[in-house]
Amino acid sequence: MKRVLGIILFSLISLLPVAASEHSEAKGGEENNTEKFDPTVVIEHHISNAHVWHVVSWGEGEDKVDIEIPLPIILINEGKFHFFLYSRFDHHTQIAEDNGSYFLYHHGTIYNTDAKGTITEDENGHLINTKPWDFSLTKNVWSMWLSIVILLWLFISIAKKYNGSPKRPHGVQSFFEPIILFIKDDIIVDQIGKEKAYKFVPYLLTLFFFIWINNMIGLVPFFPGGSNFTGNISVTMVLAIITFLVTNINGSKSYWKHTLLAPGIPSVVKIILIPVEIIGLFTKPFALMIRLMANITAGHIIIISLVSLIFILQNVWVSPASIALSVVMSILELFVALLQAYIFTLLSALFIGMAVQSEEH
Amino acid sequence: MDFLLQPDPGLVFWTTISFGILVFLLRKYAWGPILHALKVREETIEASLKAAERAKAEVEDLVKVRQEMMNSTRNERDEIIKETRALKEKIINDARSSAQNEANKLIESARTQIEAEKNAAIKELKTQVAEISIDIAGLILESELKSEKKQKEIIDKYLDKVNFN
Repeated sequence: MKRVLGIILFSLISLLPVAASEHSEAKGGEENNTEKFDPTVVIEHHISNAHVWHVVSWGEGEDKVDIEIPLPIILINEGKFHFFLYSRFDHHTQIAEDNGSYFLYHHGTIYNTDAKGTITEDENGHLINTKPWDFSLTKNVWSMWLSIVILLWLFISIAKKYNGSPKRPHGVQSFFEPIILFIKDDIIVDQIGKEKAYKFVPYLLTLFFFIWINNMIGLVPFFPGGSNFTGNISVTMVLAIITFLVTNINGSKSYWKHTLLAPGIPSVVKIILIPVEIIGLFTKPFALMIRLMANITAGHIIIISLVSLIFILQNVWVSPASIALSVVMSILELFVALLQAYIFTLLSALFIGMAVQSEEH
Repeated sequence: MDFLLQPDPGLVFWTTISFGILVFLLRKYAWGPILHALKVREETIEASLKAAERAKAEVEDLVKVRQEMMNSTRNERDEIIKETRALKEKIINDARSSAQNEANKLIESARTQIEAEKNAAIKELKTQVAEISIDIAGLILESELKSEKKQKEIIDKYLDKVNFN
């Protein structure tokens, strides 16, 4: 019975665009055909960071209504701070003025400009205006803060349930407890060893849940989800650098000796091996950074591409297929969200484990 | 899409600070208490399991003790029954033998009495026979000594036997 209802609901939803497209065709079918749909713009817009949080929009041309939240812009330009909301950027010229300085908003980046909005371009059409330091609270920052609020609320409320005498876990606690235990015992203690693991448990647990929950928020297709936070290189870079620092600050004597001196190896080979080892120090976190970012971004791109298929082919009858495919992709992405969090945590634990081993082998 | 690989200093800054604070807060208010509680629980479970094992062993001991007690009681009972049976046998035997003795004694005394009665009867019979014999003898004599001749003959005969020395 449930399945039948599900199929009916699904077909209704997939037929919804029919009504919409017929309506718009009646209004201006000619225009629709001339205006070529470019999925790259949509995809770029979606996977990049933004200074405004787009909630929903409808209508076309003059009737277009955008519901969006302007986010705070924080700039440092020539030693001066500038605070203002995104809404100060003029809707048409994209120029904002603050304390006598003029800023231009161009494809998600803020450039210095003057009152007339002068821009200089290189031969490839890229803007080469100077840029202020941009510390704006962008969409990704808010998305991250949302995840932090969720994480704090979730785990502090779980932690409270452990007060008092030991008892059987209940509710959400019994869902997360095996995960916490799995990460602690089967990842961290396994890779680092019982004696030294305790020091790294808080970082690695936080890392896992931070990546996971942000991956999941990124998969929510409507406000306040959908931001490509863990697919942003700045974020994965920060996480990879933290792992790099934790690994090397806690590196044992034998770890450094193996890396820098490569004992027991003929000196001719050492000349090749030592640089490789030193490069290896950096390639490991670099791989972490790229892996997470590429996986999450790729997932977002695929889902949007599947939805864009309807508009590329200009055919509503593609929508059932494209919706079905994006549902399948979303399910896969749910798995990838967990898998990437697991891989990042596992590899971080592995690198830390290799660095802290003190025994000779 | 070269923007994909360009780190943005603002986001790096906010991510670093926020993630650092998140690690700190979760470590203090979540992971610490949770891991501590899990460790305590693990220890409690271990202790409880050990206690349960000990209790089980104790129960087993108790069962063994009970079994032993039951066995000894049973043995005792058997012993008592055996003794009682023997006693019963003995009492019956005793009773039987004393009854036999009594009976024997009675039979014996009856027999002596019968003997005595018999002897007395015989004695009496003898005296009566003697008296009857005398009477008969008297009658015979009377009839025999009716004639003079016969009297004389007997006196002669008798006198022949007597020696006068």
